[in-house]
Parts: sequence; structure tokens; C-alpha cells
Amino acid sequence: MTTKDVSSKKIGSFFFQYAIYFVLVILILGITVIDPSFLSLSSFRDILLQSSTRAIIALGAAFVLITGGVDLSAGRMVGFAAVLSASMLQIQEYSHRFYPGMPNLPLLVPVLIAIFAGLLVGIINGAIIAWFSVPPFIATLGSMVAVYGLNSLYFDMKPNQSQPIGGLRQDFTTNLGSGYIGTGVYSIPYIVIIALIVALIVWIIFNKTRLGKSMYAIGGNIQAAIVSGINVKRVLLYVYAIAGALYGLAGVMEAARTGGATNNYGNMYELDAIAACVVGGVSTAGGIGTVPGVLVGVLIFGVINYGLTYIGVSPYWQLIIKGLIIIAAVAFDIRKYLTKK
Amino acid sequence: MPENEFLLQMKNISKEFPGVKALDNVTLQVRPGTVHSLMGENGAGKSTLMKCLFGIYKPDAGEILLNGKTIEIENSRVALDHGISMIHQELHPVPRRSVMENLWLGRFPLTKIGPLKLIDDKRMYEDSMAIFKDLEMDLDPHVLVGSLSVSKIQSIEIAKAVSNQAKVIVMDEPTSSLTGNEVEQLFKIIRSLKKRGVSIIYISHKIEEILEISDEVTIMRDGQRIGSWPASELTTNLIISKMVGRDLAQRYPERHHAPGETVLRVEGLTSPFPKGFKDVSFDLRQGEILGIGGLVGAQRTELIEALFGLRTVSSGKIFVKGKHIKIKSPIDAKKHKIALLTEERRSTGIFPVLPIVENTVMANMNRYISPYFLLKQQAMSQDVQHSIDQMRIKTPSAKTQIKNLSGGNQQKVLIARWLLTEPEILMLDEPTRGIDVGAKFEIYSIITELVQQGKSIIMISSEMPELIGMSDRIMVMCEGRMSGILEGENKTEEDIMHLATKFMV
Repeated sequence: MTTKDVSSKKIGSFFFQYAIYFVLVILILGITVIDPSFLSLSSFRDILLQSSTRAIIALGAAFVLITGGVDLSAGRMVGFAAVLSASMLQIQEYSHRFYPGMPNLPLLVPVLIAIFAGLLVGIINGAIIAWFSVPPFIATLGSMVAVYGLNSLYFDMKPNQSQPIGGLRQDFTTNLGSGYIGTGVYSIPYIVIIALIVALIVWIIFNKTRLGKSMYAIGGNIQAAIVSGINVKRVLLYVYAIAGALYGLAGVMEAARTGGATNNYGNMYELDAIAACVVGGVSTAGGIGTVPGVLVGVLIFGVINYGLTYIGVSPYWQLIIKGLIIIAAVAFDIRKYLTKK
Repeated sequence: MPENEFLLQMKNISKEFPGVKALDNVTLQVRPGTVHSLMGENGAGKSTLMKCLFGIYKPDAGEILLNGKTIEIENSRVALDHGISMIHQELHPVPRRSVMENLWLGRFPLTKIGPLKLIDDKRMYEDSMAIFKDLEMDLDPHVLVGSLSVSKIQSIEIAKAVSNQAKVIVMDEPTSSLTGNEVEQLFKIIRSLKKRGVSIIYISHKIEEILEISDEVTIMRDGQRIGSWPASELTTNLIISKMVGRDLAQRYPERHHAPGETVLRVEGLTSPFPKGFKDVSFDLRQGEILGIGGLVGAQRTELIEALFGLRTVSSGKIFVKGKHIKIKSPIDAKKHKIALLTEERRSTGIFPVLPIVENTVMANMNRYISPYFLLKQQAMSQDVQHSIDQMRIKTPSAKTQIKNLSGGNQQKVLIARWLLTEPEILMLDEPTRGIDVGAKFEIYSIITELVQQGKSIIMISSEMPELIGMSDRIMVMCEGRMSGILEGENKTEEDIMHLATKFMV
């Protein structure tokens, strides 16, 4: 074999390794060619703003996917947390208050209640999967349906009776929503910072803790994990619980960012999250996935959403493009493993 | 036209991968109607050579001739069309379908009924029976494959090759999961294939078998052909020295064992399943190797997996250092300083996609927990590097995915994993299965060293020379029961076989 072949192979494998980063750059370049005004700080700020909650949900989904599972309840948990937090954070003067006579609670209390609700559903998911050996797809399909029912019941309580929840307190919508550090285009929204902090913590869990290593082990070969004396049940419980808490946090932020909530919030977000993970190189078979990969996956969809709307592509076409990218990403990614055979 | 001396010739085949010369000018010439064995340690290039034969790899240089004519093989379909078939080491039949459907899968005989082409079950049955009769195979075409033994499934594969008019059949480690009796059956089939003029390329690590069945032997080392000899001119020691490239003074390291007090006592351990182990009692002393012998199905693996908490027991007691303990999970077993190297390296041992680091520390992460739940990365990588050096694990780096290592090196990583837990009792289930001779000796040395450090070892092995060469005492099992314990220096294969079949009728 000549040296030329070797080096072209090296370039090939380099391209394979970082394929999704190229896709992101190509997307941005393509959109810029069509409309040069796209390439601006304010565009990126908007994309980051829109991607923040998505990133947190996707990181939650990544926890589960790496163990070889799947979590379909993510979107409905986001909706439940959004409604829960919003219902307790309306201004006193609002005419259709969820709890008419309730005094203003400290901001952190409803936020923590909503996150805790997510955590609780996650614990239930994890317990059902670990101790009753129900396949994750089925267990979380069940909780997805049940959580939506629970959320709708709550949402339909008197006096609210399924009215969209509005009139949210400003400290809520600012601190967990539209607020930012800096001025004008040179500013970073709080929720972007929250998402980055969450990403950092998740990165530490994935790479530096026993829980992280155990997750990859379970996804990589669950039988070997059992033989190695890893407490598989406990790890799965933690993983679904953490994922649930992240969905809860994302729901709170979604309510703050949009200034309201209904029981339909978060619908199908789990599929976006799984798509972002998969595009970002997380294996649905388990055992493989990185935080930077997930973030890039989320950003790719952020750029598609924002950028294609920016250059006037119809939302229906956007769906078709997104679908093709998901399939292409996996077809491409899977080649990494096929060629080694 | 004169008959060709060789049926299949692979001439001067070279194949290079980035950084490795996998095959260097290798020639393999197979005479018609003979068994030609291909030997070499793992990584010697046997599988690469076979992949070139089936078009999975394209050789950089060299040619393949069939009956003296050059042929181009682009893929395994073309190889099949030329009459070259392979029986893989691991078989993947469709378990919920019948024998004949597996046999004719993808090429079912069809019958035309009007415009429809339907599967002709009757002809499929008759064709299957004809082949089975021809090869003296005792198979019922209607039986579900999932209910058959590995040996029978292998027969189906051979029948499939014959039905494809195979002239050359490659068998990759065909006896690795067969019992002694089944091996004899296989050899009978091989002999009847030879009579039909079919040539066999036989790949195996088992030297005794090779000497029994082969006509010629080609030995490879490091991607090169060392040479080819008539099997009658070879001996076990000769083969080993040619494969390893040095003379192995002995196949087993010298032992200076001084067994001490009893560390493990098992009393009347019984499985809840009727075909499981029954009423097994034994002692394990400190600093000894207790071998467990027996045929496949003797419940040896089930027994030690129960000791490790992977299987349930209905009755019986386990004492560690005189203390009655209960082991309900591997977590309990680890607490009592018991380790288990499982039989199935791939399915219950390695984490294929994870790096060596993770694979090594996985059973022992408690050791690296620092405050704030973080793992001590430096201590971890130091220990892993120490293991790599100590065990002489051949790997580009500690970050390499374990699936890219050879079987022997994977096994060393798994032994390292358990040694990090500082076990006092180490249970090894077929520790050298599918591992080449050189690595085998290294694993024997590691085991011997551990015993000298005062660790106690239980070792299951189906290779009787290994069992005799390594063990201080050998417990033999038959159909779930302990049939005897062999002690002293004069343990023979006959003794083991006698006990291993004691309760069989």
C-alpha cells in the first residue's frame, strides 16, 4: 500500500470522526451563502436561546440512551413541570389565577417542586424498569401517557379549568427566561448559562464518576456489568431519576421563556431530544455517546429551525429536511462500526 | 486434461493494513480430498488469509487458483459459486425454524402453481434427507433448530455446504464447543467428505485433534508462512515450537504449591432445577488450584456461577474461612473476596466498545472514589498501566477499545480486572479457551504466580492436559453431581474420563 493511500484513509477516518461538526459548519455556510445577513451575533444568540431547553432535555435523554434504554416520557414531563411551576408563579393581580388566594412564594419553591415532580416520575420509571424488568420503551410509553393524564387533570382543576396559564411573575420570566448578562447583541441569556452549567455537570458525571462509568458499562454489555458486581438496578434508578429531574428543569425554563404554560407543552419533545442525541453520535444500542456530541446535535437542529426559517424555507420542508438528516446521520455514523468488522 | 496436483492454491498473498503487514507473501496449497490444517497463534494471519479467500478483503498481491485456473473472488457469494464454503466458529442459525428451512434458507426449492411460485416443502424434505443419508447424519428435517445441540447445528452447516456443491470447506475452530463424542462424529463426517473428493481447510488450536485428522499442516506466524508438512512428520512439541518461534521447554509452568488451610467449604450445594447440580460438596485450600473437570453439560459453570451469586440455589451451605455466608449477587461475592472469570468472554466479560481503562477498573470502582463522588483519574490510569505492563497486554494504548484486542489480550484485561479487586478466591471458567499457545502459557504463569502469592484458585477446563498440568487436585463432575476428586501426582486423562462418565447410562 502506498503512502498516499494511507494518508487518504487517515483523512477519511478524521472526516468520519468529526462528521457532525462538518455538517454543522456546512449548514451554517450554506444558509449564509443564501442570505449573508444570517451570519451575525444576534442570530447565534437566538439559536442558543432556543436550543437551551432542548439541550437540557437531550442531555437527559442521553443518560438513558447510553444505558441502552429509551425515555418516551420526556416531553410530557416537560409539560407537567411547565404547568406546575407556572401555576404557582402567577402575579397577584392576574384575574384568572390558578391559586387565587395564594401569597407569592419564593421563586425557588415552585421551581424545586416542578423539578422534584420530574425526579419522582423518573424514579418511578427507573424502578419499574430495574425491578420489574419492563422494557424501557414500554415503561416510559406508559408513563408518558399517564403523566399527560395527570397533568391534564391538574390543569383542569377549578378555577383554572384548562385555561392557558399566563400572567407569570417577572422575576420568574427574567431569571429563568428572557434575562441576560451584558448588553444588546453582546449578551448571554441566563438560560444559556443554565444549560451550559447543566452540560458541564453532566459531562463530569459521564466522565469522572462511578455512576458515569457504570452507565456506559451497562449500555456496553449489561451481562458483563452484572458479573462485574455493578449494582445495575441502582444505576438505572439513578439514571432515569436524573433524566426526570432534567426534564423538570427544562419544563420550568420553557414556561419562563415563553411566559406561560398549557398541558400540551413539551409534546413530542422526546423525539427531538432522541434525534439530537442520535445525530450527535449517541448509539441507540447503548454504551456510546458524549456531551459535546449531544450539544452539537442540538445545535444542528437549532440552526435548521432558525436558519431555514430565516431564509424563508417552508416549515413543512424543514420537517422533511430534519427527517432526512436524522436518517443520514445514523446511516453515516453506523459506517464507523461496520467498516471495522 | 491431467488432474491438478492441487485443488486450491493461494499463491504469494500479501495484505497490508495501515501500520501492520497482516499477510506477507503467504502460500497455501490444498490437495483434493485432503484435510489441510492451518495453525498459528491468534494474530498470525489465519483469519485474514481466509477473509481474502472469501473476498471480504482484497489482497494487495498474489493470486488464487482453483483447479489450476486463476479466479477472482469479489465476495463470499462468488466464493460459494466456485464451491468454496465456510463453517464458522460461531453459528447463527434461525432457531425458531426447522432444520430443512435453515438448510435451504435463501434458495428454497419452488414449485409453480398457476402464476404463483410457492415453496415446495416435499422436495425440500426429500433433498434434505438425501444429503443427510449421504453424509450419515442423523437429523430430522422437520425438527426446530433451536432444540438441537451445537454439534447438530454444525452438521446442518456442513450439509448446506455440500448441497452447494462445495469442493473446499473451511472449518474455523469447529470443535471449540463440542464434546469428545461429538468431535468423533464430526471427524466421521470429515472422512466421508474426503471420500467425496472434498478438501477441508481445518483451523484449530487443538494440536491433538490436528494430528489426528489432518493430512497436511501449514503453520503461520506473524503474517508469514513458516512452512507446510505432512501431519505424520509432526509432533505436538514440534508444532508448538514452530508456532511460537521458540522452544517451549514445558507447556505448564513449574509449581511449588504449599496448600494451607481451608478457605472455602461448600456443603451440599443444590440447584433448584432438576437437571442442575446436586449435592455438591468440596473444600478449597489456600494456595491451591482446584481443577474442575467434566463433559459439557456436567453443570460445572452453573456450579461456580451459583457460588458467585449469578444463579440461585435451593439448598446447601457456603463457608468462607469457616464462616457461613450467603451469596445472593456478585456484589456479595466481591465483598467476600471472590472473583469469577466467566466462560463466555464476549457475552459476559468484556465491554466491547469501552476502552481498556474502563474495562479494567469496572469491577473495582469503589477503590477510586474520592470525596465529591469524583473518581481519582490518576490513580486509575496508574493502576491500569501497571496491569498492562505486569500482564504484558499488547495494546496500542490504554484508551484502545477492547474489541480491537486479540482474545488472549482481552482475557488478560479481564484477569487484571479481577486482580484489582484483590480477591482471595479466584474462579476461572475455561480461562484459555480460544487463546493461542503463547498467550496460554502466559496465562498459566499468571495463575501460578497468584497461587504462590497465597491466592486460591478454582479452574474449570475441558482440556484434560491443561487440567492435569495445572491442578493440585481435580474435582470431576458428571450430570450435575460430583463423581470424584483426583489427588496426587499421577492423575491421568483416563481417570478423568472415567469419572466424567460415571453416572451415564
